[in-house]
This record gives sequence, C-alpha cells and structure tokens, in this order.
Amino acid sequence: MNTPSVTPIKPWAATPRDRAMTAGSVLLSALTTFAIVAATPMKGKLAYFFVFFVTWLAIDSVFVMRKAGAKGLRNGFAEKLAFLGALIVMMAVGSILWSVISRGLEGLNIAYVTQNMRNASMFDPIGMGGVAHAILGTLLLIAVAIVISVPMGILTALYLTEIKGKASGLIEFLIQAMSGVPSVVAGLFIYAAIILNTPLRPSAFLGGLALTILMVPTVTRTAQEVLNLVPSDLREAGLAMGATQWKTVALVVVPAARSGLITAVILGVARIAGETAPLLFTVGTFDSFNLNPFVGQNSALPVIIWSGLNGGSAESIQRAWSAILLLLVVVLVIFVSARIFGKKSMKK
Amino acid sequence: MSVDAPAKPIPQARQITTKPRVSDQIFRAIVTAFSFSALIILALIALFLFLKGFSALKAQGFNFITSFEWNVFTDETGKEVASFGLQAMLVGTVVISFIALFIAVPLAVLTALFLTFYAPEGIKKILVTVIDLMAAFPSILYGLWGYFVLMPMAEYWAKLLHKWLGWIYIFDVPEPIFQRSPFIAGIVLSIMIIPIITSVSREVFSQTPLERVQAAYALGATKWGMIRAVVLPFGANGVVGGSMLALGRAFGETVAVFSVLNIVYRTNFQILYTQGGNVASMIIQRFGEAGATEMSALIAAGLVLFFLTLIVNFFANYIVTKTVKSGR
Amino acid sequence: MSDQTKSTTPSSLSAVSAARAEKKIAGTSPLGTGLEARGVHAWFDKHHALSDVSLDFSAGTVTALIGPSGCGKSTFIRTLNRMHEFIPHTSMAGQVLLDGKDIYEPGIDVTKIRLQIGMVFQKPNPFPSMTIGENVLSGLKLAQIKTSNPDELMEECLTRAGLWNEVKDRLGAHAGGLSGGQQQRLCIARALAVKPKVLLMDEPCSALDPGSTLRIEETISQLSKSMTVVIVTHNMQQAARVSDYTAFFLSDGGPGQMIEVGPTNEIFSRPRDERTENYVTGRFG
Repeated sequence: MNTPSVTPIKPWAATPRDRAMTAGSVLLSALTTFAIVAATPMKGKLAYFFVFFVTWLAIDSVFVMRKAGAKGLRNGFAEKLAFLGALIVMMAVGSILWSVISRGLEGLNIAYVTQNMRNASMFDPIGMGGVAHAILGTLLLIAVAIVISVPMGILTALYLTEIKGKASGLIEFLIQAMSGVPSVVAGLFIYAAIILNTPLRPSAFLGGLALTILMVPTVTRTAQEVLNLVPSDLREAGLAMGATQWKTVALVVVPAARSGLITAVILGVARIAGETAPLLFTVGTFDSFNLNPFVGQNSALPVIIWSGLNGGSAESIQRAWSAILLLLVVVLVIFVSARIFGKKSMKK
Repeated sequence: MSVDAPAKPIPQARQITTKPRVSDQIFRAIVTAFSFSALIILALIALFLFLKGFSALKAQGFNFITSFEWNVFTDETGKEVASFGLQAMLVGTVVISFIALFIAVPLAVLTALFLTFYAPEGIKKILVTVIDLMAAFPSILYGLWGYFVLMPMAEYWAKLLHKWLGWIYIFDVPEPIFQRSPFIAGIVLSIMIIPIITSVSREVFSQTPLERVQAAYALGATKWGMIRAVVLPFGANGVVGGSMLALGRAFGETVAVFSVLNIVYRTNFQILYTQGGNVASMIIQRFGEAGATEMSALIAAGLVLFFLTLIVNFFANYIVTKTVKSGR
Repeated sequence: MSDQTKSTTPSSLSAVSAARAEKKIAGTSPLGTGLEARGVHAWFDKHHALSDVSLDFSAGTVTALIGPSGCGKSTFIRTLNRMHEFIPHTSMAGQVLLDGKDIYEPGIDVTKIRLQIGMVFQKPNPFPSMTIGENVLSGLKLAQIKTSNPDELMEECLTRAGLWNEVKDRLGAHAGGLSGGQQQRLCIARALAVKPKVLLMDEPCSALDPGSTLRIEETISQLSKSMTVVIVTHNMQQAARVSDYTAFFLSDGGPGQMIEVGPTNEIFSRPRDERTENYVTGRFG
C-alpha cells in the first residue's frame, strides 16, 4: 500500500533527440536548397519552395526509414503533405492581409475618412477628398438591411423552432436555396422588379433590399440553431403557468436566446458588408453625403473600391486599396464581435 | 388464477382538441406569413427575371444557351439586330469553376486533415480562426489582390506550365499572352472557396467513429494508414458535399473574376490564354451601356445563372445534410 | 490445472476444460517468455487512475482480469499495447516487457509493437467500407506485410475464429451485414491475421448473445495454444470457464490496484484477500 511517489512520464512524446533530428533535417534541406538553386537556372519563389519540399522529403525520409520502415515513409510523406497544404493556404491569407495593410496604409489620412468626393475626383492626388460619404452610405445600407431582414429572419426561425408546422421542411429547403442565390442575381432582381417597373430610382433603400435577400438566410439559420439550444423545459414552464404560446415565446424563449440572436444578426451583417455586385445595379454612385436612404443615389465602400480599381490611374488605385483596408477593418470588427457574442451565448 | 375470465374491451382513445387562443392564432399567423417570405422572394426573383428577360428569350429561342455571339447594333435600315448567346460565358463559368475546384479540393482536404489530426492545440485554434476569417473577406478584396499581387506570380507559373506541358491542348496558347486568363481566375476563385470546403471536411473528419479509429491503430496502423482506412472512406461524401457547395459559390462569383479575367465571347479551353468569361461578370460588364434590348438579354442571363446555382446548391445541400449533419 | 467441471455446463464447456487440463505448465513453452507488466501506473491528466500493477502473463496462458466497474482494468489492458497514449493528456510509469524487451523504450516503433500485441474491443468494429475478406487482411495491408497466399491465410484465420463456415461463400460481401457475434468473430480473425504473440480482449462478449459468447470462448481456448491471451471480463462465470489465471482489480476511491492474482480455481474457491472473496461471492460489484 505504501508506494513511493512515482513520476508520470510520456514515453511516446517527442524527445529532445527527435526534435533535434527534425530541426537538423530542415536545416540541412534549406542549405541544400540554396545550393541547388544557385547551381541551376531555376529561379523565383516557386523554385525555392518546390526544391525545399523535395529535398526535405528526401533527407527526412532517411531518418524515418531507419526508424519505421516503408510504411513509415508513407506516413511521413502524408504528414508533410498535409502540413504543406495548410502552409500554402496560410501563405495565401498572409499575402492578402499583408498587401491590404501595406498598400492601404499609404493612402490613409484624416482627410480620407472625413471628407467626401464632392470637390475632388478619384484621379486627384491623395489628400484631396475622402470616402466619408461611402462610409455613411455603407452604414445606411446595413441599417436598411437589418430593419427588414432581422424580423423576417427571426420570425422564420421562430416558425421552424416554435410552431414546427407542416411546412417546416419546405421552408428549411427554401432558406437553403435562398442562401445560394448569387449576389449579382439579387441585385439584378431588384433592378428588374423595381427599377424597371416602378418610378423608384437607385437609392440606398433599394440596395438594402438586395442585401436583404442575401442576409435573411444567414440570420434565419443561425437564429434557428440558437433557438433550438434553448432548453424545452423553459417553454414548458411558461406554458404550465398558463401563458399563451406567444407570451412564452416573447417573454421567455427570445430573451433566453438573446445573445445568440444578436450573433445571428452580426453574422448576417458580416455576410453583406463587403458585397459589391448587387450595389452596382441598385445604388448608383454619389459624390457627397446623402442621408436620405429612400431618395437619390448613394455611395458605398465596395463601390468606391470598384470604381477606383476600374479607374486605372495610380491615384484611383491607391484610393481603392485604402478603401478596402477600411472595409476590411469594418468586417474584422463585425467578425470579432460575432465571436464574442457567440461565446457568450454558448456560456449560457 | 382463472384463465377464461372475459377480456375487457379496450376503450377507444379520446380525441384531445385544444383550440388555440385568439392571440396565439394571430401569433401563429404572423409568424407563418413571414416564414413564407422565403418562398415568395424566390418565386418573385424567378418571376421578374423571367418577365423582364422574356423578350430576349423569345427572340433568341434556344440559341440563347447555345450560341456564343453577343452583340446588338442597328443596321442600315435603322432596325435593331440583336444576337445573344450565352454559350461562351456558360462554358467559361464551368471552366474556371472546375479549375478552382481542382486546386481548392486537395488543398482544403489536406488542410482539414492537418487541422484534425496533426496540428497541436494552440496552432489549431489560430488556424481555424484564420480560415473562418478568410470566409468573411469581401470578394472585391480578392479582385484587387488577384490583379495586383497574384497575377504577376501566376503569369510566371503559366509560362512555366506552357513551357513544360504546352504540348497538351489546354496548356497551349495561340499567342504568348498569359495575363487575365481563366487559369488566373481559377486560382483566385480557388482561394475564395477553400474555407467552405475546409470547414465541411473538418466537421466530417472529426465525426469519424472512434471505435473504427481505434481498430486501425490496434492493428498497428500508422496515422496515415488509419486516415486512409477509416477517415477518408467515412468522410468522402462530406467532402463531395462541401465541394459542391463551393462550386455553387464559384458559379456566381462576380467582381473577383471580372478583375482578373479578360472577357471575350469565345468558348476557350486553353486556360492559360487571355480570354474567358463567366456569366456573372459578363452581366456587370455590359450593364452600364446596355440598351433596352440588351438589358432584357442580361436579365435573362441572370435567370439562367439563378437556376444553375439553384440546382447545384440543391444537390450540395442534400449531400451535406445526409452525410455531415446526421453523422453517418 | 483443475478438471473441476460445473454440473450445469453443457458438454462443449467440459470439453474446453478438459482441453485446458492437458496444456503444458506455463513458463517453459516455446512461445517466448510472454508479457510482463512491472509497476505500471496510468494517469488521465492529473488523475491517477492506476497504481503499481505488476503482472506476469506467461506464454500460452489465458489470464482474466476481473473487478467492479471503474477500477482500472480497461486502462491497464490499454497500457499493454500502447493504446492508452491515444487519449490526450495521458501519462504512465513503469515497464511492459514483451519477451523481455520494454515496449515503452524510446525510439521503438510503436506500430510493430501493436502487430505483436493485438486487441479485440468490446464493441465489434469491423471496417464497414471493406468486404469480409478485406477486413481479415486489413492488418497486413496497413502494415504493408506481403503474404504469399492471402486466401489461405484468410481461411485459416476465419476458421480459428469460428466464422469460416458461415462466411466462406460471401467473402466479398460487406462486413456491415453480419450479426454482432459474427462481427466480433471477424474482428478476432482480423487480429489473428498479423500473427500476434499476445491477444488482448476488452470485454469481448459483453455486447453479444449467449450463443456467440460460447463460440468465442471456445475460440479463446484454442488460441491459448499458440499465444498469450489477456481478457477483461465482468462475467465471473466466464472468467472461471475460460482462464488459467485470474487477477482481481479494485479501486477504493483512489487509483485502481491489482489486489490478488493466482490460478483461476484458487481465486474462486480459496482467495487469499478478503476483498477478493467478497467480490467473487457476489457481496458487491
């Protein structure tokens, strides 16, 4: 019974010797790569990358073969390949983020975020004019989209989780179908249905309508998941107290799912904040502030970027990079807040 | 105990009816009405696109899908002559989407395998967040990056491909112009769709039944042996479903493709060469200057795109729900 | 060795006991020196689950591990073929010697160890994407072992597992169509195909019907002629029927420990420790 204290160990974990061998083979491969590339006419990042991977595979295989034989070779190869795949994806993301930040920062200044383009054109040098009106426009668009799609989305989710009517399967199917609608089709639809049929002309309101089509499925699906997480005991408690169904839902279920529902809205906004194509048909362009979402064309960050890119001059392209940096920051903030609210709803 | 006591007749079940209160009836009515909004919106989309695109469809007939000319002009007598055919753009849509899948599926599956089976805890959390973030990037960002940063590199890769594999038709080019090609558009699209495929694959891989995993290891399998014997057969359907979802997204991609592709109304399978197109980017290209006739054709093109993505997404969702959500 | 037969056992079981009675005394068989655990501990994170277990499984014997739920029997058996380390954040201490060599030695190839120490699990787990024939040979394929005559090997393993007659006409059928008992026998055949020296069985019959259980117990008895078998079981009658030696495990709220080990008939009729006696007489557990 009286055992002296024993230290737990993990004999299967990587020993310092294993790590040294791995580091050694990587280093050796790197040196060999440089030697090979210097000696042959290959050049460019692709050459380094490819040669490094091949030499690393070859050198490491020697170690692996000694330890584990032929099947160990395949295992080692698979592991390196999986790592390579993940690495390539990360390099792509890194390249995107790096280019946005490094190129966008150059054109950012106070004027850029506070002025509009009434007295400047995008071909003018940086420092003249800014995208404040586009920021306002984007906010208007998001506001319109929220006002329409949040009730629609949440009520639909309520149908699916609370009423569970016979049409539930059909509605779920339709929501899924709606989530696959390309954004350009959403914009084209508003154009065909409203601009061509009614006296209404491009405005932030119409753009918001187009964005609603894209936002509703996201809100509905997330809200549905969140509402399903509310334990049925809560609903039963409400009904047992004699409350009607709608009172139970309004006063018990929805408040219980509150942070999750907020997450649903935030995710919906993240979905539409960066959309460009639908706006091209429905919002038009405008140089200065337009606070009226219903009348008159408006501006939006994605459209500014689009115009800048197509403008072709160095200045307009620089403006585009700075605008996308701003837009990315907006999207990031939305994304992070969705995460935070999401964790809150999980903790409950 | 007496065995021949007469059996008691089993009573019929009572019908329990509860008539909902009026307030609840109103509640249910409102909620139901709003839920059918999805149906209504989808139906309206189809309806209006059809109505407004009808004149073009009627004039062109089946040629709309099969012909590849796209122009409208007035001839000497002042009459408008129009010829609209989507074939080049439809083929282009499919070509660049499949290039995208060809690149994205291996990368996404490898990344999902790495995250599920190889990555240490801390790195896994970071990478998963980064991939989720990737899914939130606006498409115009991919357009900008694709044109200014990726294209120079991709041009070089295209030249290499042409040099070594140019004897194969699809890698051959009529002239050595490698910018703004379907190849480059395919690469940009592939990075856009990798997050979708990776998420679905990760989810299905992590649901691999533990008992099968243990069976493989107990037989002396290496990690890769286990993955090949158990994880991949189990997850194959999920990966296919995720890829189809990604395909649906790729079909409808607009601004990213427009930036890195030279739109030419010719069916082109020589992917390294600077001509191609897809329906969505063609629509925004022609929209600015379109007259009424062409407008009708563009709307009809939108209708075709709508149905195409609807069909692909239908199958994709079917597969994903069957395999991933129910934990086959 | 005891030739004590219980009065209610059917004739096949008395045949099993008689066969056991003819076996050589363990320790001098040509099957190697068997498996030995020395001072084995196991932790799940900080939780000390198993403490100081030392057991010697002689070659050619069947040892049963009995004890109430949660006393570490399954954890222990998983340290014997290095499956314990698959659970994240686990650690161990002590040695496990196969033919005198510690299987936890650094630098050793784990997959080779698991080829020599096979395992059959509580819930039958054939590979559903493979046919019956492919399942039997899957261990060879995974280890990339070439065999000159796969069909012969398949027949041999399925016969030893007691399944050949039922599946010989449908080796190409999918494994999922078999009953639970058949699937478990398939798993046994699969484990045998790589010719292990030791076969570990973690409650192999607890999910099966009595008929299948009987067949598998017959198999175990046959197997012990050519390898060492360690079987975890909740069923004391099964332990009594099938094993040469029995070890009793118990946890008194702390880590699980091996209380007593000895020849099966002694453990069940004249146990030395009071706790063993309480368990085998059904006073608890």
